[in-house]
Amino acid sequence: MSVSLGKDLTGLEHLSPDQIRLILDTAEPFKEVSERPIKKVPALRGKTIVNLFFEASTRTRISFEFAEKRLSADTVNVAATGSSVSKGETLVDTARNLEAMRIDMVVIRHPSSGAADFLGQRIRSNVINAGDGKHEHPTQGLLDLLTIRDKHGKIAGLNVCLVGDILHSRVARSNLWGLTKLGAQVAVCGPRTLLPRGIEELGVTVFGRIEEAIEWADVLNVLRLQLERMEAGFIPSLREYYRVFGVTGERLERAPRSITVMHPGPMNRGVEIDSRVADGPHSVILDQVTNGVAVRMAVLYLLAGGRPELADAAKRGSE
Amino acid sequence: MIRPLLLKGGRVIDPSRGLDQVADLLVQDGKIAAVGAGIGAPEGAEVRSVTGMVVAPGLVDVHVHLREPGNEDEETVASGTRAAVAGGFTAVCAMPNTDPVTDNQAAVGFIVRQSVRAASARVYPIGAVSVGQKGERLAEFGEMVGAGAVAVSDDGRPVASGHLMRTALEYARTFGIPVADHCEDPSLSAGGVMHEGLVAARLGLKGMPAAAEEIMVARDCLLAELTGGHVHLCHMSTRGSVELIRRAKERGVPVTAEVTPHHLTLTDHACEGYDTQAKMNPPLREAADVAALRAALKEGVLDCIASDHAPHAYDEKEAAFDDAPFGIVGLETAFAVAYTELVQGGILTLPALLARMSTEPARIFHLPGGTLAPGAPADVAVLDPAAQWTVDPTAFRSKSRNSPFAGRALAGRAVLTIVAGKTAHP
Repeated sequence: MSVSLGKDLTGLEHLSPDQIRLILDTAEPFKEVSERPIKKVPALRGKTIVNLFFEASTRTRISFEFAEKRLSADTVNVAATGSSVSKGETLVDTARNLEAMRIDMVVIRHPSSGAADFLGQRIRSNVINAGDGKHEHPTQGLLDLLTIRDKHGKIAGLNVCLVGDILHSRVARSNLWGLTKLGAQVAVCGPRTLLPRGIEELGVTVFGRIEEAIEWADVLNVLRLQLERMEAGFIPSLREYYRVFGVTGERLERAPRSITVMHPGPMNRGVEIDSRVADGPHSVILDQVTNGVAVRMAVLYLLAGGRPELADAAKRGSE
Repeated sequence: MIRPLLLKGGRVIDPSRGLDQVADLLVQDGKIAAVGAGIGAPEGAEVRSVTGMVVAPGLVDVHVHLREPGNEDEETVASGTRAAVAGGFTAVCAMPNTDPVTDNQAAVGFIVRQSVRAASARVYPIGAVSVGQKGERLAEFGEMVGAGAVAVSDDGRPVASGHLMRTALEYARTFGIPVADHCEDPSLSAGGVMHEGLVAARLGLKGMPAAAEEIMVARDCLLAELTGGHVHLCHMSTRGSVELIRRAKERGVPVTAEVTPHHLTLTDHACEGYDTQAKMNPPLREAADVAALRAALKEGVLDCIASDHAPHAYDEKEAAFDDAPFGIVGLETAFAVAYTELVQGGILTLPALLARMSTEPARIFHLPGGTLAPGAPADVAVLDPAAQWTVDPTAFRSKSRNSPFAGRALAGRAVLTIVAGKTAHP
């Protein structure tokens, strides 16, 4: 087998297109596991996985936990929010302690960019990044790719626009790398205060107006606008943000083609996205959530050394 | 009584007098006694052949952090000066961001006493601009100068208030000392951990824009022009700063500026992989900035090289990038990094580099040293330009190991450092 993932999954930037396709293809057979009455296969039986969350998370943590349990792994959840110790010190000590307990894998979410790489360089266990600061959220990027592929039958050649707070978004970065590597055209649209300076140099088109983005795009991936951004002065008000950048039914009606609308959640209805859009026919938001479990199963399975051609067999093993 | 020392047959380079020739150098009674061909050894003299070596004025570093008092686990005056002489430095200026802050004559006197006790490189304290470096009230410049301070600075923090900077520059004129400023507009750089650019965008790290430095460079140049006070700009890092300084100097503004070896040789790409050894403030910038800094150093728009030696305990840098402290040690790598990259790299001649590392920093801070003129204190560095070595931070004399140059193969090394006629290294 020529393609493998290596020890950790900390981001999509350094993965090859073949590695990304391997994960997406491996996710396919795992989708079906979640549709059964008995949602369990023995692929990771005997493996110990720690879900180490230094930031609040509901969706991602639950999605990982389901993925782990449906693969028969033993899981422990550690929520390390609000520690008074400085984050860096905690991380080093946590890494050493986990290693001492002879675990197999760590799923980490951390408010500092690079935390997953930091951990991966210091422990022998596999590390999966569940979101590190403003850096990457690779499994979100992968599930977005899988959802786009399901809906459009391809990724190459599609026009995908990320809308909103690109500057602070790890989802945006993972999407950008994943989409670009698989041959999509990527654009971003949002207030200039929330776009990284120089992003054009990454081969990304920048749209200043949402109307232009909608005219261009096959897919809109609408990012969550954090309330803190208004407090920090990046935008004057949520009201104006909705006026200028909100993805609304009226705006989508003027699109020259049918647009797929995605959102990584949790949504601020009436801020970045109109409820009619979120709940309407353009939306694949819940498909993203469903695909999240399958993608995470694939990542866990592949990092644990599972061979992609055996994913089907692993699935049949419990039948 | 120290024996006289005769260094025979070295390449004597004295930028203060435009001297570059194979000659002998005699040190006697703590002073340079003679420089010339065929000097006879006085009775009882130690004679050392230094053929193939460079004999230069001891290097002078106007910007180091010795961490004493307050963080003696990271560095002390004793360990920092041992690191200095190992790097060929015979004099260093100690920044006042200690704990407590060096903002009064007693605190300045403490640094002086510790340096006498250490009996290694000379230490010239820099006093704080403001009491407690809080940026509010001027510290007592006059008393600090009386105790041995050679400049004032709130380095580590910028002097954010334009009014405070203005009064500091005016007040410092009475004592003839420079006000050394860390140029950073804190409202623009707040929360930043590296240069704002494409690398920061990719890594998802908050950037500090070049403009945060340049705005303060522009302000300081204008205030120096307004007041006639000497402003010294610390660790310049951007091409925009270089242009502002160039224009100010053309107008005759009393401004001088330093640049670090790392800003002359590394870019923000060194932060890839979240390497906290590449985290410093000001941050490593872009290749175009490095090129502009090199050209400005050659031209003299930037006056000198300073290390901004900033020791940190090893476990502090062992953290996520956001959480690691800013700064790297530099005393033991400064000359070799500069020699390898700038002299072997064809940017500067060796005499020009030595001017930027000894004669010029001594001149702009009004320090003795930076010269091999007979009668001057015998602060001498004997450098082996042919020495090839690999940077191994565990071998540093500094108490700290935080260097982005670990593992780097370098050329050029101090083999003998003499302070006031005495061998200080090895």
